[in-house]
Amino acid sequence: MTAIAPVKAKSVKATNLNLYYGNFLAVKDVNITIEPNKVTALIGSSGCGKSTFLRSINRMHELIPGAYAEGEILLDHTNVYAPDADPVQVRRQIGMVFQAPNPFPTMSIYDNVAAGLKLNAKKIKKSDLDAIVERSLRGANLWDEVKDRLGKPGMGLSGGQQQRLCIARATAVEPDVLLMDEPASALDPISTLAIEDLITELKKEYTIVIVTHNMQQASRSSDNTAFFNIEGTGKPGRLVEVDTTEKIFSNPSNKETEDYVSGRFG
Amino acid sequence: MSTEPTEREHVTEPTPQDRPAARSLAANAQAHAVEAPVGEQPTRVRPPVQVAGTVLPWWAPWGIVAGVAVLVAALLSISGFNLALWVVATVVVGGIAQYVVSRVVEGPRRATDRGVTYAVVAAFALALTPLVSLLYTVVSRGAARFDSTFFTWSMRGVIGEGGGAVHAIYGTLIITGCAAVISVPIGILAAIYLQEYGQGRLKRALTFFVDVMTGIPSIVAGLFAFALFSIFFGPGIRLGIMGAVALAVLMIPIVVRSTEEMLRIVPNSLREASYALGVPKWRTIVKVVLPTALGGIVTGVVLAIARIIGETAPLLITTGVVASVNTNPFDGRMQNLAVFAFSSYKSPGVPPEPSIDRAWTAALVLILIVMILNVGARFIYRRFGTEIR
Repeated sequence: MTAIAPVKAKSVKATNLNLYYGNFLAVKDVNITIEPNKVTALIGSSGCGKSTFLRSINRMHELIPGAYAEGEILLDHTNVYAPDADPVQVRRQIGMVFQAPNPFPTMSIYDNVAAGLKLNAKKIKKSDLDAIVERSLRGANLWDEVKDRLGKPGMGLSGGQQQRLCIARATAVEPDVLLMDEPASALDPISTLAIEDLITELKKEYTIVIVTHNMQQASRSSDNTAFFNIEGTGKPGRLVEVDTTEKIFSNPSNKETEDYVSGRFG
Repeated sequence: MSTEPTEREHVTEPTPQDRPAARSLAANAQAHAVEAPVGEQPTRVRPPVQVAGTVLPWWAPWGIVAGVAVLVAALLSISGFNLALWVVATVVVGGIAQYVVSRVVEGPRRATDRGVTYAVVAAFALALTPLVSLLYTVVSRGAARFDSTFFTWSMRGVIGEGGGAVHAIYGTLIITGCAAVISVPIGILAAIYLQEYGQGRLKRALTFFVDVMTGIPSIVAGLFAFALFSIFFGPGIRLGIMGAVALAVLMIPIVVRSTEEMLRIVPNSLREASYALGVPKWRTIVKVVLPTALGGIVTGVVLAIARIIGETAPLLITTGVVASVNTNPFDGRMQNLAVFAFSSYKSPGVPPEPSIDRAWTAALVLILIVMILNVGARFIYRRFGTEIR
């Protein structure tokens, strides 16, 4: 197994992005540049649109009936919301890990990791596929724990292992960007630590955007932090401030951010 | 909180003051009372902890009912014994007696529990009675002709004794098989449309019509198939495939309903996981959603087959009555078990007994087939059903 030289991942840039659920404007006017090969944490109180924004990056947002987006999101220089952009192609380049681990229950550990390649019906040699599965599982720090039972069902793993399996599954298709929606919120502290270490490793190869409610997690594992807030129920969420994590947590330029990170509300 | 070790044992006799546990509770209550801002707090009296009370022995419910049974029998024997009246009276009086005894000995809460338990068990037994009675009747009367001749002979040229229903067994399996071949793909695809693609008014309309189809009387389905084939082949046509079409009309809504239900319980997170890997929707359905729901879908299909295999009325008018083996559903009449049982019983000939015996055995065979299908469905679900959280 030769180590693969780190490649420059892609950046994500949202311009004047408005996200709707039917007539309801959920997130208003987001302008943000997410740097490549960095971990960007999205923080903010519940219902302020962090997850909605995250899901809009790989066009998962529009899977909800009635939901749509206005504005543009550039993946390097390609607009993923261009009229001729294919959401399926977009999702192949922007992977996602969900809050609750969701391995495919009908598939083995091996098949779960290979799912992205197999389901897309690419013709791959067995030896190549084996290599990809091993590399992805190693990348997710799971290889040593499962190498003797790759044929066993993925549901038989513990919650933390399942989540790392999901990360391996997302990285097996080699996306440019990895979106994580509270990837550790359903896990115990040990598994959380494993995931956080993994995130730090993964940023060598991927641009990572992570939604988290855990401020320690944001301050520990992210390079940049974006703070979202909402003025009140029924009002749209908006991006208040985005800066380096250090600055956000020590000396934010916005009062709302300071109140939030210092625990005065939320 | 007090740091005193609290006693963990069953407190049967409440003696509030001299036990450490009770003391610590009291101290706790006092501490809270002091903390409270209002000056004059009435002293809180905690109800004594009662863990055990008087409980009837385990055999008491059975004993009471048995006692009532003897008593009622004795009373009835005065005016002449009647089995039905005895059973009904025992059940009713037994329930009341149990409630009263329990209320006197154990108190109202346990009495209510026993009363409701009794009512539930009695309702269950009542629901089971006709089923057991039916099974007993069919088995005892069908056993007479449950022999090798029955499974090897048709009724061709048989008058009176002997003969068998092999032609009807073939017919049942072929007609039902054809019906399944027609309705399973249609039903599953329709369910996929309704659950995964359909939205708005069209989906609501289709769901409504599927519900209406579930309620179609089977004879109407038979008449539909008869009318349909009459258009093309002229009146008086009788074919095995006509019966299959009629049964398919009955089976499709059941398959749609059960498949839809199974697709609905596939968690959305699996679909999202697949989409996030850049898998198109149709592939997600074929490779993720259907395999996850497969056990349930197969079970639903098998149960739908079991549901239609005993249909009589639509087959009577579409496949007709015949005495010899026909394995080609596209040519000529075809016998099946339900119609065989019906016509053997309706026009038995002289002497009637052999024919009536064959009818009962046909019913028994039909019940056995349905039972095997049900057991098979359970087995499939256990073996292949995916655990969905």
